[in-house]
Amino acid sequence: MLDFSVLTNNIDDYLEGFKYTIYASLLGLAGSFVLGTLIAVFRISPFAALRGFGTAYVEFFRNIPLLLVVFLFYYGLSSFGLQLDGFTSGTLGLMVYTSSFIAEAIRAGIQSVPAGQMEAARSTGLTYVQAMRFIILPQAVRIVIPPISNQFLNLVKNSSILGVFAGLDLMYFGDQVNLDTYDAVSTYLFVGMFYLILTFPLAYATRVLERRMANAA
Amino acid sequence: MDFGGAYSWHNLRFILEGFGYTLKLAFVAIILSFVLGVASGVIRYARIPVLSAIVGAIVETLRNLPLLLLILFAYIALPQMGIKLSIFWASVLALTAFEAAMISEIVRSGLASVHKGLIEAARSSGLTYIQTLRHIILPIGLRRMVPPTVSQFISLLKDTSLAVIISAPELMHNVGIVRGQQESYFFPVIFLAALLYFLVNYGLSLLSKRLEVNEGARRKPTGKKAGPGAGTKAAAEA
Repeated sequence: MLDFSVLTNNIDDYLEGFKYTIYASLLGLAGSFVLGTLIAVFRISPFAALRGFGTAYVEFFRNIPLLLVVFLFYYGLSSFGLQLDGFTSGTLGLMVYTSSFIAEAIRAGIQSVPAGQMEAARSTGLTYVQAMRFIILPQAVRIVIPPISNQFLNLVKNSSILGVFAGLDLMYFGDQVNLDTYDAVSTYLFVGMFYLILTFPLAYATRVLERRMANAA
Repeated sequence: MDFGGAYSWHNLRFILEGFGYTLKLAFVAIILSFVLGVASGVIRYARIPVLSAIVGAIVETLRNLPLLLLILFAYIALPQMGIKLSIFWASVLALTAFEAAMISEIVRSGLASVHKGLIEAARSSGLTYIQTLRHIILPIGLRRMVPPTVSQFISLLKDTSLAVIISAPELMHNVGIVRGQQESYFFPVIFLAALLYFLVNYGLSLLSKRLEVNEGARRKPTGKKAGPGAGTKAAAEA
């Protein structure tokens, strides 16, 4: 049932896809972390307009499919004369979609830091931004690491969306291998194996981090 | 932007048909994955020799694979193994396998969060393990699982869009076809699709929040009555 020659004959394709899946995941993580932090700070800012924008952003992107977000980049921008390739639109879509979940995790982390910390920091003369940067965020980061690790795991799995837009990732090259070999069972089992190489360690790390946080609390 | 043409009666009906398919797919997969997820979660929690380990290995594997891969596998690879499914049932199978594994983990960790002291108290008052599971662990654990389970259902509804890869005539598929009629239709139809997904999912998330609030309200009075139990919990946390 499982034909290893499918793997050995097409190892270059698999590794190429594996590489782009890792690229998309790392870029997606970096982008969604920056965006997510920004949106989280908006959501708890003293300005109602920023709070409103942050809330709207999070609620909108959390409640629509990732596929639709990638559609916006892939087809939407071409209306303005900007045709992005599958890899770029897919990775941008991953960033924006995942940032809404990361924003929520960071917001919850920031709000779990007691309000007295902010008051104490402000009364020693720090500005709001300084207090956020030096007092609140360093404490919040510890709390948000397990949920962000979990989001990264989701991001690696979600990066398969690139395959829908010929985005050069594992799913895309999996399709190519399947067209060459006509052995869909072996082809996709090996694709799955490559994903598990990435996701099993991440899932394990997430569990360890969650347990450590639970014990520390 | 061309709203008139994009929203012609014919196109609207076609998009809503897609949405109907999406809802039907989500509904069937929610029912099946909930039943399978609870059953496998309880099996994993109960630590039945061999069976729990096998179920655990299957759940961990399914949880850590992309759903898109499972959908392709169900529709393209399974027929090569002699299992031929229609587009609808291949999608249902993949969605159910993936989401049941996610719910299984929610159920297992929800049950594991039930305080040990409660279980020991139940056992020492003469309940058997099954009775303890049935009357103590499940009622408390299941209540805690409601918010994450509703979140999972929201994910499931969004995830049905991935069935587009095997040309299931769901919302995103039909939106893609209408968009193909004319470039300028893109924004009107994508807006409509986003609105439809958003309305259902936002409604579900509000429902989840309400259930959470209700649970908080329900827990307080019983917490007061169960003074000694609450005491041990506080002591354990200190």
